[in-house]
Amino acid sequence: MEVKNLKKYYPIKKGIISKTVGYVKAVDDVSFSIYPGETVGLVGESGCGKSTTGRSLVRLEDPTSGQVIFEGKDLASISKKEMRELRTDLQIIFQDPYSSLNPRKRIGDLLAEPLLAHKLASKAEAAEKVNHILETVGLSKHYKNRYPHEFSGGQRQRIGIARALMLHPKLIICDEPVSALDVSIQAQVLNLLKDLQKEFNLTYIFIAHGLGAVKYISDRITVMYLGKIMEMAKTKEIFEHPMHPYTEILLNAYPVPNPHMRDREQIVVEGDVPSPAHPPKGCVFHTRCPFAKDICREKVPELNGTDHLIACHFPLSQ
Amino acid sequence: MAQYIIRRILIAIPVILGVTILNFFIINLAPGNPVDMYVNPSATPQQIAMEKHALGLDQPIIIQYFHWLGQLIQGNLGFSYSTREPVTSLITSHIGPTMLLMGISLIIGYLIAIPLGIISARKQNSWVDYLTTGFSFFGVSVPHFFLGLGVIYLFATKVLLFPTGGMNTLGGSGSFSDLFVHLILPVAVLSTGIAGNMIRYVRSSMLDVLGKDYLRTAKAKGLRQFIITNKHALRNALIPIITVIGIDIPMLIGGAIVTEQVFQWPGLGLLTIQSISSRDYSTLMGINLIAAIAVLLANLLTDIFYAVADPRIRYE
Amino acid sequence: MGELLKVDKIKTEFKTDKGMVTSVDEVSFDLKEGETICLVGESGCGKSVTSLSIMHLLDKNGSVTHGSILLNGKELVNMSEAEMRKVRGNEISMIFQEPMTSLNPVLTIGDQLTEGIRLHMGYSKKEARDYAVEMLKKVGIPRAEGIVDDYPHRLSGGMRQRVMIAMALSCKPKLLIADEPTTALDVTIQAQILKLMKGLRSESKTAIILITHDLGVVAEMADKVAVMYAGQVVEETDVFTLFDNPKHPYTLGLMKSIPHITNPDDMRLESIPGSVPSVYNMPKGCRFYDRCPFAMKRCLEEKPELRPIEDKKSHSIRCFLYEKEEREFEEKKQDEKEVLS
Repeated sequence: MEVKNLKKYYPIKKGIISKTVGYVKAVDDVSFSIYPGETVGLVGESGCGKSTTGRSLVRLEDPTSGQVIFEGKDLASISKKEMRELRTDLQIIFQDPYSSLNPRKRIGDLLAEPLLAHKLASKAEAAEKVNHILETVGLSKHYKNRYPHEFSGGQRQRIGIARALMLHPKLIICDEPVSALDVSIQAQVLNLLKDLQKEFNLTYIFIAHGLGAVKYISDRITVMYLGKIMEMAKTKEIFEHPMHPYTEILLNAYPVPNPHMRDREQIVVEGDVPSPAHPPKGCVFHTRCPFAKDICREKVPELNGTDHLIACHFPLSQ
Repeated sequence: MAQYIIRRILIAIPVILGVTILNFFIINLAPGNPVDMYVNPSATPQQIAMEKHALGLDQPIIIQYFHWLGQLIQGNLGFSYSTREPVTSLITSHIGPTMLLMGISLIIGYLIAIPLGIISARKQNSWVDYLTTGFSFFGVSVPHFFLGLGVIYLFATKVLLFPTGGMNTLGGSGSFSDLFVHLILPVAVLSTGIAGNMIRYVRSSMLDVLGKDYLRTAKAKGLRQFIITNKHALRNALIPIITVIGIDIPMLIGGAIVTEQVFQWPGLGLLTIQSISSRDYSTLMGINLIAAIAVLLANLLTDIFYAVADPRIRYE
Repeated sequence: MGELLKVDKIKTEFKTDKGMVTSVDEVSFDLKEGETICLVGESGCGKSVTSLSIMHLLDKNGSVTHGSILLNGKELVNMSEAEMRKVRGNEISMIFQEPMTSLNPVLTIGDQLTEGIRLHMGYSKKEARDYAVEMLKKVGIPRAEGIVDDYPHRLSGGMRQRVMIAMALSCKPKLLIADEPTTALDVTIQAQILKLMKGLRSESKTAIILITHDLGVVAEMADKVAVMYAGQVVEETDVFTLFDNPKHPYTLGLMKSIPHITNPDDMRLESIPGSVPSVYNMPKGCRFYDRCPFAMKRCLEEKPELRPIEDKKSHSIRCFLYEKEEREFEEKKQDEKEVLS
């Protein structure tokens, strides 16, 4: 999949005739590519546009402009009907598995639904498939007669994953799949996602604000801030040689689970993330960047590099 | 804010115009016409036709409407078809009693409903709560005509405590105490309904707010429950309460048609009923116009009070 | 430094449609002046209920049915509501997880700050306002003179949490309970708030009960730690011992199951299988039994007690695996007593 100059603007409307007075630039000119079988992590703080990016890729949001090329087709411009056919290849797992499962339907019916809707299987085949998938995600096949509220958070997320797997997708967008889960359950789900990837040769886009989980599962990481990509590189690169000041600060801000390191030198950035309705001119991070110079306030830095891409006028030296 | 109010008033003009058009045509759809209602049954068709011509009722409805509108622009609501009085003076003579009756009923209704609603929410599932919700249910579901006739039967015919209706004793002194005695029964009926309705909203709105995090914060500060309920919670519960008040206010003008009829209260409600049965188009149009303005004004006031109650609501 | 708070085997129960439910069972810990204890555990482990029990802020259907909570020697468990009001916000104050909903949206920041100040410190309106501005400046709020008249919705989450901290610390409490104060915030904002709390702590000598599920936050902030599971403390010790030498199988599992950016690249997370038992159906023996890799027969039947295993370091564990060490420690104590006598 290749994403080119993806933009998603939400108009700000005012007055009685709803005149558009500005835009919230949720995703602003984002380009990256994803290779089959890899996991790309999207990280950033709230309002950085990572979820909107994920949702735009599968047309849960219609992008304002840009291209999302998947197997030669531009998902951003194809018709709703064509998109529906492609949905078998593209699936999404949500943060809150509970609200994304219809409470009045049995798990078995919920899981069989997409197969039957796409007319990919007979009822008997679908039932067979449901049993198989439930076992794949580590749930008993007897659970298929239960309703969503009878499950714990971790189990529901397993059901969410099972549903995404039913159609044998090629790419799954995981939108904060473990954020709502308890710590001891997070590891279960992360390991499951990893194992399934190997088994079915899945490609993941893994969206999360917890860097630990992203590091654990991703091959490459994209760091976003205010709708723009700041840095994109192999996971190891990002963690060992972060080049963008924002990445450095973000990594540094995570508390380390080691009390002997509590007195380490730590750069704490002041201030809040600016509103995406009024992003700063120039580099969007300049208002909080400790290294900002005049040029950062004027000129938007381009995303440059081959393997290790970075959008900064003054990348940190290695 | 001022700009917002001006804009809202400007929007209101076409709305009122629309309301008058709709009303005019709907009134004319009703079978019969003013002349049929008051002429001598032995009148000849020619006499009736002459009468209609004199009132302009033989012209197409559209012409009639524009004629009415033209008069309105000059501030003239026309003359009553049945009593020949100017509609303006008919309305002004009836609006006072209605506002008096409704004003007192609304105030008493709210004075009962707001504290009861708060207590009911604070002591959810206690006997106070059950009693309050029971009363509320009664007030909402028992029709006014039934309750009205019931209290008249009990307190005006069985026990001769209060008069059966009217605003003053005929030929009486017109004293304040006389008026007061006449007010009690209709006010009791109306405020039961108003309170019953309002309690539901106050209770559910307070219940919603009482579970909020910021009330726990307030309690964690060591504040007294009284202050937490009445300063921290009530202000947050106001929005739905203001909405209901906004819906109730136009009743000040429109009156409670049924209750006024039951108690023969000489207000706008009674005038409306009389005008309908005598097909008194011009009076009906006048009352409708006033009612429409009252509704729009109440809506505007409601929106303004939203912003006063909740600083997150701002109009530009 | 004297002992400030002593929580001794408290049990908190809730009346529900399905009968009485025990949410917190035999939770004990103590806290000295200026000390920070972290209560760690997953949702439903009873860490928040413990703090609400101390503050008497439980919902109407909940109450502390056993045990005692001593604040400077004063019993809080049976304290009247009127007495408790003098403690809340004055001697013990509290900040909550959700800064976006913890402030009253229809009252100004100043209103909400000065309420407590006037109530507990007896300041006049003017004095309280000046003091409120001073407190806002202290927690790093820019333009404090303007913000004091503003409403909460105009502030970001991080700023609101600063206001909450200013509010909590304004009456110079001896104890601050912070219930997941940074969980709802972005990491860079979390770093700001933790730094602020550290600074204020060293300045004011306020003792802190910090409730969190994030072991990173624990390592940053705690002096000592109580790990909670299913309503009980399963391990309690100082922060260094906990991270260097965790003992309870749950603590061990927790440490290994958390993905962290400092983990080595190819390390596979060890997950704890299963899920937390329901309050309606608590196991009779050890509550971690069905998820524990070291579970023994007796763990199913017998209830382990929270016992110290080592001398001096005061490392307590609720687990039969360490009985031998516990016994040795008990014997040693016994020997010492005999020697002394």
